[in-house]
Amino acid sequence: MLIIASLSCGLIFGAGLLVSGMVQPAKVLAFLDVFGAWDPSLAVVMIAALAVAIPGFRLANRRSQPLLAAQSFWPTKQQIDPPLVIGSTLFGVGWGLVGLCPGPALESLATLSPGVIVFVAAMAAGMMLHGAWQGVQPTIPSDGAVAGVADG
Amino acid sequence: MANFTPLSAAIGGGLIGLAAVLLMMLTGRIAGISGIFGGVLQFGGGDRGWRIAFLAGLVLAPLIAGWTGHAMPSPRLPASWTVIVVAGLLVGFGTRLGGGCTSGHGICGTARLSARSITATVIFMAAAIATVAVTRHLLGG
Repeated sequence: MLIIASLSCGLIFGAGLLVSGMVQPAKVLAFLDVFGAWDPSLAVVMIAALAVAIPGFRLANRRSQPLLAAQSFWPTKQQIDPPLVIGSTLFGVGWGLVGLCPGPALESLATLSPGVIVFVAAMAAGMMLHGAWQGVQPTIPSDGAVAGVADG
Repeated sequence: MANFTPLSAAIGGGLIGLAAVLLMMLTGRIAGISGIFGGVLQFGGGDRGWRIAFLAGLVLAPLIAGWTGHAMPSPRLPASWTVIVVAGLLVGFGTRLGGGCTSGHGICGTARLSARSITATVIFMAAAIATVAVTRHLLGG
């Protein structure tokens, strides 16, 4: 059941990215291009998603446990630390260069576009590079898996 | 604002929010794509089944749309392979270091009213806007 629920949520999420235009890098870049011919569509995507998600998460938080699992992996991290700031900056630069963030990039694999395949391979390499780098950091406790769950 | 599409943006955004809420209510997981994908890539990492199922659904969506006559157009990407590879590396490393991306911090974290996620969202939005401003208007790309 957990697998079917996850698959269905992935489908709905993918449909949302598709309908909203988030899968089109040209549209994403037009939103980010505030000094050019600005397309505010993605602000509407964000507002609509939050209009559903804010009451939805409030409701989910009230339940003691999810319907199909023993426990919720509700994020616990709260501190605004250098990794958050540096990581988000690097991500933003990469996003602005091509107009693809992880969701639309993975979804676009369906088109078998060579550029997308190369982008996703590089993205996976970047993620594994972070995993390897974190593995040799003595000061950071080995909570990589927890950190991944902690934020999303 | 010639290309402004508020209706499809609102419907699509609503679906994204609905998927994130359903995933939390049903499975107790956060719909953060970089976290889900990163977990699949982790050596010796367990808990892979639901992650792979979610990503399969994500890729299946445009295929189903294609079968019903709404094929997804191939995304337009920069001509330079170097730019594509550098951007992919930055997105991969950056989202893992920062603990999330547009979905995990931007939608789920912001919806939980987490100051950490809202800060991340403001930073990656600002960095992306600055990058587009430099590449399109300063360098004239």
